[in-house]
Amino acid sequence: MNNGTLLAVDNLSVHFFTEDGLAKAVQGVSFAIQEGKTFALVGESGCGKSVTALSIMRLVPDPPGKIVSGRMKFKDENILDLTEKQMRQIRGNQIAMIFQEPMTSLNPVFTVGDQIAEAIKLHQKKDSEQAWADSVEMLKGVGIGDAERRVYEYPHQMSGGMRQRVMIAMAVSCQPDLIIADEPTTALDVTIQAQILDLLDELQRQNGMSVLLITHDLGVVAERADDVAVMYASRIAEKAEAKSLFQNPLHPYTQGLLKSVPQLGFEGERLATIPGIVPDPLHFPSGCKFHPRCPVGGKDKRCQMVEPELREAQTGRHVACWYAPGYETKQEREEYESKYKQ
Amino acid sequence: MNQNTNSDNGLLLNVENLKTYFAVKKGLLRRTVGYIKAVDGVSFSVRKGQTLGLVGESGCGKTTAARTIIRLIPATSGSVTFGGLDVLKADKKQLRSLRRRITIVFQDPYSSLNPRMTVGDIVGESLRVQKKLSRSRVTEQVNETLERVGLSREHVNRYPHEFSGGQRQRIGVARALVLRPELVICDEPVSALDVSIQSQILNLLKDLQDDFGLTFLFIAHDLAVVEFFCDVIAVMYLGKIVERADREEIYRNPLHPYTRALMSVIPKVDTQRRGQRTATGGEVPSALNPPDGCPFHPRCPLAEDICRRQMPAFEQKGGISDHFVACWKC
Repeated sequence: MNNGTLLAVDNLSVHFFTEDGLAKAVQGVSFAIQEGKTFALVGESGCGKSVTALSIMRLVPDPPGKIVSGRMKFKDENILDLTEKQMRQIRGNQIAMIFQEPMTSLNPVFTVGDQIAEAIKLHQKKDSEQAWADSVEMLKGVGIGDAERRVYEYPHQMSGGMRQRVMIAMAVSCQPDLIIADEPTTALDVTIQAQILDLLDELQRQNGMSVLLITHDLGVVAERADDVAVMYASRIAEKAEAKSLFQNPLHPYTQGLLKSVPQLGFEGERLATIPGIVPDPLHFPSGCKFHPRCPVGGKDKRCQMVEPELREAQTGRHVACWYAPGYETKQEREEYESKYKQ
Repeated sequence: MNQNTNSDNGLLLNVENLKTYFAVKKGLLRRTVGYIKAVDGVSFSVRKGQTLGLVGESGCGKTTAARTIIRLIPATSGSVTFGGLDVLKADKKQLRSLRRRITIVFQDPYSSLNPRMTVGDIVGESLRVQKKLSRSRVTEQVNETLERVGLSREHVNRYPHEFSGGQRQRIGVARALVLRPELVICDEPVSALDVSIQSQILNLLKDLQDDFGLTFLFIAHDLAVVEFFCDVIAVMYLGKIVERADREEIYRNPLHPYTRALMSVIPKVDTQRRGQRTATGGEVPSALNPPDGCPFHPRCPLAEDICRRQMPAFEQKGGISDHFVACWKC
């Protein structure tokens, strides 16, 4: 397994022009996914993580959405420069997606075999018979017993976990280089969730593909991801290798999130909380978007007025917080002392 | 069946051998071809001021059990005693008062609030219906309750869509509390919320419990949330309680293989623990066609012949008087 970069997203911004106003859903997001690795994009609802994923597939609904800036280098091409026809060659073939809700993302009027075979026929120039045989193999590969019979079933005849397995079978049927998994286990029961994540791990080992894992569940990230970016209100707040991020979170938002997850073996009367609410993309606060909820810089004038950009504060540790150790330059410190500090 | 008519021994709710079956009908004549045993012989009791956690995966019957207890769903058999009242035999008038004393906080704060009603109407409706209070008294009590759950009186005239998920759940909590109930059923109250909001709502519920001396029946699938919140925990699988014990006991010494499986699959926010978790194979079987013997046996790593043939009794085990398990192998 070499560690080349498979996908590099650079300064991506996506805006939605809605009736209620301009929603800057994603702003200046940059990250890179290495070959064979799992990159996790974590955040709460409305932080822009799913829109980022849809942008990579060029599936942002337009209108009202529009990718207003950025580059996305996949292998040697900028995805945003491709024609729709070229994009169709990539979608489902080289980059595949697994959606959160296996109930609504499968077509209820086709058998699961038809749906898997469709992708195979489209991308691999195989005839119907071969494609059908392949879909039986795919179903076996994702751990569905009695695949020869179940390939003739419709989605409603299957359980939630089974349907998610079918989704995964469809996604890996063309041996993609990158799988985007958008909350793949959120709709599933806990015991099934572990099975599905194990399956993804195994397929990743077999095929050497990369996974972009989009989730709100920090436990899943801690157990599965190699690299992590934490998103908050359209921007990346912190980005690092999973190990160092969980050991020593630098951004107050990451710190708060980690503390507020109920853990087994927790003792005490109250859980730690992050006060306030997740901001709405139509009405983001000024300055650092986290400042109204921030225990560190909430009352700081600079945090209220000037938004910190994402930068490498320590080796391998990108963070966007004026208070993160190593973040400020000397010049900024002096400016702060003279201008904002009272 | 022992008659539990006095509530003086601290028991607020006592459920015994409760069964809720749904008939499955097929064909032109809608003949009954079978039964889904959604709740199949469930017994537990809740003491005043305590929280009982009912844990299990989807379809295990935890929500149906709760709804049967307040008679939103008719029971097939069994008995439910709430503060001396035989709930399953209660007449219309008694039921009406029961629903003042037991209220529910629902899972989904989006679909459980009427989008055409203002917050004041949503929270105040039960006061008008149940207590027949005057408008000004209703407003007064609504305002007070809203402030108790962390909202303000300015929110009274707004509609649910103007609020975030966490705030909506606060409205749901206010609606459940405005009647000053004795028992509140919380049906997955935080599972639809963002991580940073979940802990706010859990802390709020705990504070309210202390302030009002509430008793909770807490339904959840997340054992970590339940550990934080509950005093006694009952684990359900396919309509049956498979293990029940006090919080410390069940987390220190989980006996049933299903309880152990549930605990091991909770992802830990800790990169050091990678690969130390084993997934339980298989899926929850259909309640229409449950396996013979112990319902967990097809997925159980310890299953033996007897497990496939006979349902184990729900017995005291583990050397502690309040620890009950239904398992041949532990």
